[in-house]
Amino acid sequence: MSLTTDQAALDQWYVLGAVSHFPFGTPVETGLLGEPVTVTRRDDGVTVIGAGRSLPVRTTYNHVWTSFGTPARDIFALPEATEPDRRWLYCGGVRVAASGLRLIENFLDLAHFPYVHTDILGSEEKPEVAKYEVEQRRDVDEIWATKCEFFQPKAAAASDGGQISQYMYRVVSPFNVMLYKTPPTAPNRWDVIALFVQPVDETHSIAHPFMLVIDPTSTDAEIIAFQQMIFLQDKIVLENQRPALLPLQPGRETPTRADLSSVLYRRWLKEKALTFGTEPRTDGVAAGA
Amino acid sequence: MPKLYDYVLSGSCYKVRLMTALLGVTYETQAIDFYPGREHKSPAMLALNPLGQLPVFEDYGLVLRDAQAILCHLANRHDPAGTWLPRDQRFGQVMMWLGFAGGELMAVSAARMVSMLGYPGDLEALRAKGRMAMRVIEDHLSDRQLAGGIWAVGDTPTIADIALFPYVMLSHDAGIGHEDYPAINLWQRQVRRLPGFVGMPGIPDYF
Repeated sequence: MSLTTDQAALDQWYVLGAVSHFPFGTPVETGLLGEPVTVTRRDDGVTVIGAGRSLPVRTTYNHVWTSFGTPARDIFALPEATEPDRRWLYCGGVRVAASGLRLIENFLDLAHFPYVHTDILGSEEKPEVAKYEVEQRRDVDEIWATKCEFFQPKAAAASDGGQISQYMYRVVSPFNVMLYKTPPTAPNRWDVIALFVQPVDETHSIAHPFMLVIDPTSTDAEIIAFQQMIFLQDKIVLENQRPALLPLQPGRETPTRADLSSVLYRRWLKEKALTFGTEPRTDGVAAGA
Repeated sequence: MPKLYDYVLSGSCYKVRLMTALLGVTYETQAIDFYPGREHKSPAMLALNPLGQLPVFEDYGLVLRDAQAILCHLANRHDPAGTWLPRDQRFGQVMMWLGFAGGELMAVSAARMVSMLGYPGDLEALRAKGRMAMRVIEDHLSDRQLAGGIWAVGDTPTIADIALFPYVMLSHDAGIGHEDYPAINLWQRQVRRLPGFVGMPGIPDYF
């Protein structure tokens, strides 16, 4: 393993974990894009060393962010982070033997809810994915899927019955995604559930789920347990997907209409010429072409 | 009502959730933030279990720790027919497998914590121990199946099966697949068919 040469992957911000999960003074070894990195938290801030040099660090949204390259943009805006009644929950990193891009794509997928999260995020009696809209917002370079609706028997930790959940998905960078979802306790607002993926190498990732939710009743442990339960249901599926690397070549996987967000996500990755975590193409078309 | 101090990803807590489901015992749960919050090491939880481990189960005024002990308690108090914890010559064998489930087989749990949650530890050494434990179960179940049996002990399911099942099934989280364990695969399908069976994240119902 060594650091990728994929410039599109290098020029991104990546989360290495919630700041509060790093112990003071003790260096923590982890990995990013094929290269070992060392995170050290001190009283005066966080340092990240990788590839023999000090890497840039941000602690935006109480997470440790770093980059090997020169990101074109700063870390995305999250207006909900300023709302005082939101609870910030850091669900802890979970290692998954899969391409980080597969994790993002799974996160965007509504169709698996009834089968993988049976009787929680979906019901086998109501598997239909209603039509939703997708767009590439070029001003912020993000992918959005909006007007998503799904019947959910238990939409969140605070649910005491089924509901039609409204969803919006937002991909802010190739390895960072979030969804907005109607909370059971505040139907006129949006919970924010983010998945920050740390691609350790092409087929190993650490998922860092992060939640900014409106839930005045559940305990932290209940909300975190709900999120971990959902994610671990996905993990076994992610680790068994073949090919392990995300195929971008046409014809390798056949999307349906429910996969519109995935189609746009893959097109966007191609436009960026991102190859890290993708299957090598055999049709002679170069990345980004 | 009985109460389980529970962590959703814990295979040991799942032993209790599965056994209560099979026995039809209703109980309440309190979610404990084991990871990342380490709530099982909090003063309140240490007061319940000085070992700082989950599960903890309260029933009949008792505060019980150790999944295997809790399985014995559940069978003792909630299975008047005594089939889950037979008192005849099978008793010793059931106890033997309970000891193994809480002992050697926990190498799979330790490997899983390193592999999945980034806990410190020698992953390869733990995996090797986990594979040895899986091999012991495979050989035993293979012998049982050659003799026309299916369960770990005797002709009916016992708490030995319930104690063994979770970490055998969660071994994939530790990077130990089931390709080499055909007898385990046959056995686990029977466990899944038990009336009242419930899964957990990583042990889906759809297999």
